This record gives sequence, C-alpha cells and structure tokens, in this order.
Amino acid sequence: MATQHSRSAARIMMAPAVFLLLVWMLVPLCMTLWFSVRSYLPLRGGDQGFVGLENFSRFITSSAFWPAVQTTLIIVGGVLVISIVLGVLLAILLDQPMWGQGVVRILVIAPFFVMPTVTALVWKNMFMDPTNGMFAHLWRFFGADPVVWLTDASVLSIIVIVSWQWLPFATLILLTAIQSLDSEQLEAAEMDGANPVARFFFIALPHLSRAITIVILIQTIFVLAVFAEIFVTTGGAFGTRTLTYLIYQRVLESQNVGLGSAGGVYAIILANIVAIFLMRIVGKNLDN
Amino acid sequence: MTKTFGALLGATALCAIASSAAADAHATTITIATVNNGDMIRMQGYTDVFTEETGIAVEWVTLEENVLRQRVTTDITTNGGQFDIMTIGMYETPIWGANGWLVPLDGLSEEYNVDDILPAMRGGLSHDGTLYAAPFYGESSMVMYRTDLMEAAGLEMPAAPTWEFIREAAAAMTNRDADINGICLRGKPGWGEGGAFITAMSNSFGARWFDMDWNAQFDTQPWLDTLTFYNDMMQESGPAGFATNGFNENLSLFQQGLCGMWIDATVAASFVTNPNDSTVADSVGFALAPDNGLGRRSNWLWAWALAIPAGTQQQDAALQFIEWATSTSYIDLVAENEGWANVPPGARTSLYENPNYIEVPFAQMTLDSILSADPTNPTVDPVPYVGIQFAAIPEFAGIATEVSQEFSAFYAGQQTVEEALANAQAITNEAMEAAGYR
Amino acid sequence: MARAVTTQRKALNTAIAWSIGLLIFFPILWTILTSFKTEAEAIANPPVFLFFDWTLENYAVVQERSNYMRFLTNSVILAGVSTILGILIAVPAAWSMAFVPSKRTKDILLWMLSTKMLPAVGVLYPIYLLCIQLGVLDNRLALIVILMLINLPIIVWMLYTYFREIPGEILEAARMDGASLKDEILYVLTPMAIPGIASTLLLNFILAWNEAFWTLNLTSVNAAPLTAFIASYSSPEGLFFAKLSAASTMAIAPILIMGWFSQKQLVRGLTFGAVK
Repeated sequence: MATQHSRSAARIMMAPAVFLLLVWMLVPLCMTLWFSVRSYLPLRGGDQGFVGLENFSRFITSSAFWPAVQTTLIIVGGVLVISIVLGVLLAILLDQPMWGQGVVRILVIAPFFVMPTVTALVWKNMFMDPTNGMFAHLWRFFGADPVVWLTDASVLSIIVIVSWQWLPFATLILLTAIQSLDSEQLEAAEMDGANPVARFFFIALPHLSRAITIVILIQTIFVLAVFAEIFVTTGGAFGTRTLTYLIYQRVLESQNVGLGSAGGVYAIILANIVAIFLMRIVGKNLDN
Repeated sequence: MTKTFGALLGATALCAIASSAAADAHATTITIATVNNGDMIRMQGYTDVFTEETGIAVEWVTLEENVLRQRVTTDITTNGGQFDIMTIGMYETPIWGANGWLVPLDGLSEEYNVDDILPAMRGGLSHDGTLYAAPFYGESSMVMYRTDLMEAAGLEMPAAPTWEFIREAAAAMTNRDADINGICLRGKPGWGEGGAFITAMSNSFGARWFDMDWNAQFDTQPWLDTLTFYNDMMQESGPAGFATNGFNENLSLFQQGLCGMWIDATVAASFVTNPNDSTVADSVGFALAPDNGLGRRSNWLWAWALAIPAGTQQQDAALQFIEWATSTSYIDLVAENEGWANVPPGARTSLYENPNYIEVPFAQMTLDSILSADPTNPTVDPVPYVGIQFAAIPEFAGIATEVSQEFSAFYAGQQTVEEALANAQAITNEAMEAAGYR
Repeated sequence: MARAVTTQRKALNTAIAWSIGLLIFFPILWTILTSFKTEAEAIANPPVFLFFDWTLENYAVVQERSNYMRFLTNSVILAGVSTILGILIAVPAAWSMAFVPSKRTKDILLWMLSTKMLPAVGVLYPIYLLCIQLGVLDNRLALIVILMLINLPIIVWMLYTYFREIPGEILEAARMDGASLKDEILYVLTPMAIPGIASTLLLNFILAWNEAFWTLNLTSVNAAPLTAFIASYSSPEGLFFAKLSAASTMAIAPILIMGWFSQKQLVRGLTFGAVK
C-alpha cells in the first residue's frame, strides 16, 4: 500500500521528532563522554585536563559501585513485581460490577498525580516516622515496638514508596487490557467447568501479557531514574544508594563532574543491559 | 473536555508572555537564595520594610538546606549569575572567597560597624583577612536539658559537664514507659547533620580527621572510642530511630517533651524556650557542650551568612540588603516586634552587651560556647585544616557525607563499628588520593 | 452480554474495592486532613481523624510565605505548553510510523525510549553550562523545550499505538475519494484519534507537572514551578507536619482535580497498544 510518495512523506513527517531526540541524545551523551575522560572539579576551578580512563576505573573500583548496582536492580525488580502482581489483581477487581466504580478508580489512580518529592515527604514524615508516624501509632496500638522503617527496612521502604506511586499506572494499563477481554470466551470456559483460578491463568493472564510487557518496559525506565524518593528519605544511606544516587553524590556532593560522568556512562550501559535483557524475555510480546 | 483544556493552556501561555514582559519594567530587584530556617523565614517577613526604605525589590528563593547547597554551588562554580545574594555557611565562605567567586565585603559603611561582628564569626567568614560574607546569625553547640527531669533524677547539671556525667544523667532520666529519652543527638547521615555532630564530639575524645600529611585517621583509637561511646549511650538512652534524626527531628522531639537532654546548635535555645511551639518552654536549662578532660570541648562553630557572588549585576543593591539584614537596627526591629529572645543570635558583640538581651536565659551560655570554640586549633593533636565540625577543603563535604553514612549504618545495626571505621578510612583515603592530597 | 450478577456479589465487590481504594488513597487523604490541623494535633497520639478544630491557619502561613500563584502559573505553563508542543511534533511522526511502517520502525521506537536512560544528574553541569552560554537559565521557554524532549518518546509511543488501531481501509477509502495527505490527517485520522490524543495529553501533562530535577535545578524565580515551591517546605525547623501538609496539598490539588474530571479519558485511553 505504501507508495514511494508516501514513504518520503513519512520520512519528512518523522524528521522533526527524530532530529530533536537525536540532538537531545547526542548533546548530553557527547558531553558526558567528554567530561568522563577529564578531571573536571568545579570547586578547584573547573577543567584540570585529560585523564584518560582514570575516572572509569576509579568509579568501578570504588567500594560503593557494585552494592549500588545491586540496590538498583533490587529496587527496580521489587517495584515491578509489586506493581504488576497488585496491578493485575486490582485491575480484575475494578473490572467487576460494583457501585461507585468511577470514584474507586479515582482513588486508586490518585497516587500517580502526586509529585515524587511530596510522596517521599509524606511517607517519610507522616507514615514511617518512628515517633509520630502513622505506622508507629498503629504498631503501638497493637502493643508492638514501632519499626524504624528507614533504617531497619530501608530498601523495602523505598520499594513501598515507589510502588505506591507506580501501582496506579500499572493498574490503569492492565485495566484497559482486561476490559477488552472477550467475555464470551470467559463464559464459554465457565460453562466448560473451568474454575476461576484456571480461567485466570489460562485466559486472562495470556491476554494481559502484552500489557504487562508495556508496564515492565516503561516502569523500568522510570524506576531506574528514581531520585527524589531516596534523596528525601534516606539520602542514600542504609543501603539505599542506587547507581543514579551514586552519580549524584559524585557530581554534586563530591563535586567531581568527571567521575560522575564516568558513572553516567556506566548507568547508560546498565540501562541498556536491563533493556536488552527485558527484550529477550518479553520482547516477543511486542511483535504481532 | 480536551478543547476547554487546550483553550485554558493557550490562555495561560499568553498570560505568561505578557507577565514576563511586564516583569522587565520593574526597578531594581535582587534575588536571594536562602535556607528555610526559622530566622531566615522571619527575615523574609520584614522584606517590605527594606523595600520601603530603599526602593529595592527582593525575590526570595527559599530552599531546604541540601537543595540550597546543591543550587548555589552549581551556580557559583559555573558563574551562572542566578542569585545576587547567597546564604552560605562557614564552610563554603573561605573556600569560595579564596577562589575569587565572592565579592569582598570591604565596602561596608561606617555605621554598619564591622568591628562589632564577633571575632570568631568574622575570622570564620574571612579568607586572608578579607571578609567575604556577613553573618546573619552565628551558633555554637551546647547542652539543652530539662530542669524538671534532671531534678527528678536527683542530679544537678554542672556548667561544664563531662561526657561521663552526660551518659549517667541520660540513663537516669530515661523512662521508656513514658517515652522519655534521656538524650537526643543527631545520627542522620550528611556532613552537616550527624557528620557535624560526631566530628565535633570526636575532637573532645582526642580524634582528628587527618594527620599533618592528610592521612585519614579513622584507624586510630580515639575514633573507635568516640563511636563506641556515642552508640552505647544512644542505645541506652536515645530515641528509636536516632540514626535518622537530624536537627529538625530532635527539635521536634524536644519540643514535645520526649528528650531529657539535647546537645545541638545554640540557636535551638530560642525555639525550645518559645511557649508557642514548645511544651517544655519553662523548664529548659543550658550548659556547655561536654568534654573528656583532654582540653577540647565538643562544641562547634557555625554561621549562616550572606554573601555576594562575583557574577552579580546588582552588587550595590545586594550590599545594601546585606547591611540592612545583618545590622543592629534589624536586630532592634525584630526585638521590638517579637521580643529579644527571637532576634538572630551569635553575630554581634554589641548584642551581648545589651542589658535587655543578656537577660534572655540562653544568651550568656550561647556567648560562652561561641567564645570557647577555636576553628584554627580544633583538635588535641595538630591538624593541617581549619574548622571544628568540618575541614575547610573543597572535598570535605562529599567525603564527610559518605563517611557519616557509614557511621549511621553502624548506629542502625547494619555493620559493626570496626567495619564502619574501616570503610570510612578507605573512602577518605580514596577521595584524598583522587584529589591529589596524598 | 449481561452476565447475571447477584446483588450480593455486587455488594461484596463494592465493599472490597472501596476498602482497597481508600487504603491506597489514604496517604493523600491523611495529608489533606492534616493540613487543616494545628501542629500539635498533627502529631497527636492517638491520631485524630475528623474531630479536631479545623483551621486554615497553615494555608495562610504558606500563602504569606510564598507566592503560590506564580509557582502554580509556571507549573501550568511548563506542563501545558511542553505537552502540546510535544504532541504537535509527535503526531506526524507517530502517523508515519503507524501507516507507513518500515523494518526499522520498531527499532526507532525503542531507540526513542532509550534516550530516557541517561541519568539526568550526570549531565547537570554540562546542561547548566550550556544554559548559561545560551542565556536561558530560569527561562520558561528553555524548560518547556527540555520537558517536551523528556516526554517526547512517551508521546510518540502512545500516539503510535493509537494510530495503529485505526483500520487502514478507512484511509484507503478516503484516498479513493481524492483526499490529500493533509485532509487525511485532519478529517479522517484526527477525529478517530481524539480519545488517544486526549489521554496522551493527560499522561504527559502529569509527567511534566511532576518532573522535579530540571525544573528545580534550572530555575530560581521567574520559571520556578510547584516542584521548587515544595522544596522550601521540606524539613524546616520545629514542628512542621501540618504546614508541610498544607504546602503538599497546594502542590498536588490542581492536578488531582484535573485528574478527577478526566479519569474517564485516562482509563479509556491509556493502553500503549496493550489491547489488540
């Protein structure tokens, strides 16, 4: 169907977006690469000259590097698991007939509207605070000692906070997918005597696989970049230092832009490894 | 719905263009970056007075301390020119001044009386004898304690306590059933939070950050003693989750009556004795920060000060504002409206000679604490750096934040004291090597 | 279809869904409630839910301290204009990818997404220096462009998936009738794609509204949106839960209200091509 004419028209129409993104990718990327091979120390007057791959070796041999990679993967994985499992269940629940469906939907998706800084401040101060937080009150009510969330369960706390933020997104996408599920197919299965669990695993879940892929893909990109939630709550202490946060510490706390840029290059590599890995596992769902 | 939405956005876009054009027509406006501390917020409230007097309009960029540091450091090192006045501390001022990034404050007027600034503050905000920032308020640290709880424990606070006494008193005042913690101290990671406290404390234990050749000293006995003592005392008598408590968290606990003692910034005295915010306002006593008989106390020295970045276009207006905000007449203005206890403390000698102010319960102890702090000679053994709770080198903030994270992980029980110190040693030496000191 | 649903079953569903919904919404609700308390009531033990002396004092304090309207206006402008601009650029790109696909279409889409993988903080200094060179620090237009670029991949992706659901035969038919490319887009595609465009608009408005790194670091006064507003209320001195709640409520209220009125759009449209 596509003629030569429409092909070239298509190229022209794609050009602005592709060009802009190319610039937006190349300019920072080239700058990162440039700074990563230089000793750039703002507090010592800026550029101190070419240092080869020293920043790269220093960044990767730092004792903080591998734990940061591990923390990053745990947080991304944790958030994905929680938001997808709960997201599927919530989506199924919201698809059921009920009174006030619209209001419930709003309640469920509301966390997505809250800016990350506010989310982190609210959770840290009003829920996880060991003296005045809601959880502390709850624990004391049941006669237990309040948990000091941000030190004793620091990574879990971050996962909970980020999941709360991203669960609505997963739920929304999964809900639209579930709504398109052919109800006749379900009814037929029901007639055949398939129990609800079997219906879920053999009909609903395969139908959702594409939606789940999308959720994984998009959330991974956003969760890899999580920053405010850590900055506000633990400041990277207690084992919550992700790769992004480590780069922040190098660039802004240690004021070593060269070292931080080398870290940025590693972060791009890690993100791409994760992306390729995801594509291998779930990529076929994107084809049709 | 989409149509209305789009129309709305289009309308606001037009407003935006119109309003930005209108803003240019304004007279002199200066932009001030500041921290969201109580005294600064109060100053913002009096901006109108300044504008009325001088015709200079003021725009405030008020940020939380960590974000503020990040913003002003980025701007000053790149000469971004976003701010005409920056609120910075005793750590940044000498470093930035030495780099030529700040306008020297040598054009201050006669009536401003620069010699009235407390010598310790003036020294800490100067480089090579030139003043680069004017102190808005200055502080040391001291013990704040509940007189009622101390009495109930059958103890009496000496004017200059030792760490042993503090620990015993803390244990005696602790009542876990009533949620009373004998002592509240900073444990929060961050060089300006728990890092500042433990560094100042370590001075009284004979510890130091570096030897004269810039080798990290975390493998020495005094550091082990400091951390062990701190952690043992806090586990016995401190609040739950003290490893995440900083100044604000402890202030809030103390105001709620949940702390027997609190060793922190002297400016906190006006907050804990203010009956509007504090439930324990009428039963707070003060004492010097504790020592260990080694000749150094554990109090620090700090000032929040106003400085003019070299890139500003509004140097004169900025200087005018600084003169106004750090003058004695500003102090009088606040005293008149909100009482002497609420004036910005610790910056001027004349304030402590004022008979009205010296009646304020914490005034004398604040002055004594400030006078007993010596940033040029902070430790028992000699050190190559200046600064009590910090070392005034550009790399310190980054290193000390990571080191304090290791310490906080120890307080939280995630690693042993030996691991924490070994990590601190490695981090510090690694960074000092990268910076070319070793 | 009309599957028979008993009232009991519906009541059960309603009960479960409402409890879970309220649980998820609770942190927001609690923030809003706390914003009407005094500082002392905000930390009362046990916590008080509704029976406290409702006060607007915190809002007055916040309003007095910061120029809320300016932050709000900036947020609306930055999020709104960057989203609209993004859509204007993305529609043609997504159209051509959907209707004139080539072997590389999928690669281009994934590449676009991958531009989001560079950690922002790593390029803060370079971008800051660039902005100084161009003289666009604290400039709305610069931030609009940056926010647009950050969200462009998501916008293209979303639009692409909607356009693909539009059957090609309709286009063929239009073309037979002699419609030009412009007519095709304007009169055939656009009406069919409106729900998709609407939800793309909403999602990206939310993402741009909540972007907190560039909007905080590249602004001071003139272009500072609500993300900068909230940065002056985190961890001040003394008791602050109630004032923090008031500031938080003011920062999220506009977008929550917008979300409330547009949730149908969002729910219907947010598919990312997940539905076939």
